[in-house]
Amino acid sequence: MLFDAYEPGDFFDELFLNKRQPRPESALLIERINTLSLEDLKQRQQVAQNTLFKLGVTFNVYSDSEGTERIFPFDIVPRVVSAAEWAWLERGLKQRIEALNCFLHDVYNEQKIIKDGVIPRHVVESAPGFLQPCLGLQPPQGIWCHITGTDLVRDRDGSWYVLEDNLRCPSGVSYVLENRRVMKSTFPQLFSVLDIQPVDDYPSQLLETLLNLAPAAQSEPKVVLLTPGTYNSAYFEHSFLAQQMGTQLVEPPDLVVADGYLKMRTTKGLQQVDVIYRRIDDDFIDPLAFRPDSLLGIPGLMEVYRQGRVAIANALGTGVADDKLVYAYVPDMVRYYLDEEQLIPNVPTYLCEDPKQQQHVLTNLDKLVVKATNASGGYGMLVGPQSTPEQQAEFAQLIQQNPRGYIAQPTLCLSRVPTLIEDKFEGCHVDLRPYILYGKEVHVNPGGLTRVALKRGSLVVNSSQGGGSKDTWVVKAEPGE
Amino acid sequence: MLSRVAASIYWMNRYVERAENVARFVDVNLNLLLDCPPGVTQQWEPLVVTTGDLELFKERYGEATEANVLQFLTFDSSYPNSILSCLKAARENARSVRDIISSEMWEQVNAFYLMVNEAAQLGSLANVHEFYPKVKLASHLFAGVMDATMTHNEGWNFGHLGRLLERADKTARILDVKYYILLPSVKAVGTPLDDLQWIALLKSASAYEMYRKCQQRITPVGVTEFLILNREFPRSIQFCLLAAEQSLRQISGTTSGTWHSSSDRALGRLRSELEYTTIEEVVKDGLHEFLDRFQSRLNGVGASIFENFFSLETA
Repeated sequence: MLFDAYEPGDFFDELFLNKRQPRPESALLIERINTLSLEDLKQRQQVAQNTLFKLGVTFNVYSDSEGTERIFPFDIVPRVVSAAEWAWLERGLKQRIEALNCFLHDVYNEQKIIKDGVIPRHVVESAPGFLQPCLGLQPPQGIWCHITGTDLVRDRDGSWYVLEDNLRCPSGVSYVLENRRVMKSTFPQLFSVLDIQPVDDYPSQLLETLLNLAPAAQSEPKVVLLTPGTYNSAYFEHSFLAQQMGTQLVEPPDLVVADGYLKMRTTKGLQQVDVIYRRIDDDFIDPLAFRPDSLLGIPGLMEVYRQGRVAIANALGTGVADDKLVYAYVPDMVRYYLDEEQLIPNVPTYLCEDPKQQQHVLTNLDKLVVKATNASGGYGMLVGPQSTPEQQAEFAQLIQQNPRGYIAQPTLCLSRVPTLIEDKFEGCHVDLRPYILYGKEVHVNPGGLTRVALKRGSLVVNSSQGGGSKDTWVVKAEPGE
Repeated sequence: MLSRVAASIYWMNRYVERAENVARFVDVNLNLLLDCPPGVTQQWEPLVVTTGDLELFKERYGEATEANVLQFLTFDSSYPNSILSCLKAARENARSVRDIISSEMWEQVNAFYLMVNEAAQLGSLANVHEFYPKVKLASHLFAGVMDATMTHNEGWNFGHLGRLLERADKTARILDVKYYILLPSVKAVGTPLDDLQWIALLKSASAYEMYRKCQQRITPVGVTEFLILNREFPRSIQFCLLAAEQSLRQISGTTSGTWHSSSDRALGRLRSELEYTTIEEVVKDGLHEFLDRFQSRLNGVGASIFENFFSLETA
């Protein structure tokens, strides 16, 4: 009865209402785990880890010169989301993606939202992700953000918030698929009694999303997945997705612009490419249009793209909506474009570029989380309650030097999920990244990647900072309901 | 097939084969030394000479002692043709085409690299007589796994082509080692020591037993003929060229006797010339001169393949 000793504590626990009282949707799972001995459970955990390692589900660490791959630590206690809660999340995510897509199309074309005074022009134009060369761009079907990985968190009272939108090249979906595969072999009986929504059709949905962008005249469109190469931290995922979709995995030197089209160099000569699923940041994709110092890109790609002769997912320029200052205006976008109120709220955000709000931030640095507006992956941030006075002083200086570059948010007390640490269950903080595809319609993969902070008390869940992952189950509250 | 992918599979195979053959070089010498009577000086320099990198070696190590040469050829990570460097390169190539090759192939290359790397970390060559055979075996395992788990498609043919061209080149070099070892003492031809050396050489090409079955008596001309002109022994130069040509024809879709690209022509011509060559002609021209010419022609074949299939220059 391993869970008898588990203490949910003064947090929102995703599996327990109170000590020894599971939530209805997790009851069967807890019951099942309670029948296992600690040794049995640890052994299953080990088998699951080994399987992932053998499958090569690894990521590379940037600072490591040998380019070694590490496994993303995996915990076998899943996070459970009830089907009712999920239905609401799904509606909220679809709403948000639609509004963001309208925003992207608008700021690069008519800029009505700026002209109508809803978002100040300087906010948009000062965002590093706002790309001048994309002005006037008309991507196929008017879709900009084809693949999104929205980061969601829950506070102490259980309320959901959107933390980040990740509209550029969100990663991690391969873990969702592989974690599920491993969980099926770890708890097969549970999968037969519980109604767990399947995630396995993601590669097919992704392929459909990409094919949707191909020119109608092309009967056998060529779709490729563009990776920066084997040293990229997410290389495993790139190669995994390419394999699952049966598309060609290409690196920038494989591609060349010839006769006004994008082509790839094959042993039988040049072959036309119609759709690129790119896992390279905007800045590095075309040295002629963006960074001339980039060695990665494909010179001339932007021009081919503007001509509509190749489709790119996600569209170039989507980074503007990832800017954390622009993020603060998403509720306004939802109202402006959809005439609706935002379903899943933003985390309340203080804008350091506003003198009054900046003052508030500076006097409360020990309580707030400060983030660089253009960073992600847990880099460039200050977690107030866990910081030293020196770090706070450093950020105070940074904020004053570059007010546009920082925002601050209250420190949320992230919800927890019991996690097997050494010989017992401990509550660890989690977030949730669902994956949303925008093809013929918007499709949300049920569940998503639950990232867990494995260091005791830590709130940082990023893989580069000692985080792990869990499977996420969307289940009906009672079997057979 | 993407040019980069084809090149990666080709080089992955060449590097694995190269590592195996460096192990064979070293092994031939180690075996020769075991049979040397006391008083005969050990010769390690010829090994470095055959790699064509003598100058680099002298610069970095100075004297060609056993320890220096073994370190250079086996674990020197800054020498691109050392066994360790070959495995690193093979693994990197494999990693970039993991979605194309079978996972068993990846696992074998990875395990092979880890084995060599572990030995390099230990830094000791105490059990040389075990290490080199292990390298050979790991290379055979890789070839077997690729043969049995990967579709024999264009990619496979590029891999096969790479492996056989590399092997042809290295068999030529192994024969050349003997030439250098003999050089200082031409008088020794036909002595019992000379016989032992030829046997050691055959063994290092895994050819001793197979040779006995078809020629029986060990003679310099017999051994040379076997390793250059035999059409059935899988490490003989002629066998390698025949098999490499088959793969190249699958890739370019040409039939024997015709050519489409400069690679077809270069390889086809080299193979057919060898078919009409007798061992007497080779001996008359001088074995070393023959091997030297052969190697530079083979390099030409490799250059054509690069140009026809891998070159990233826009047409």
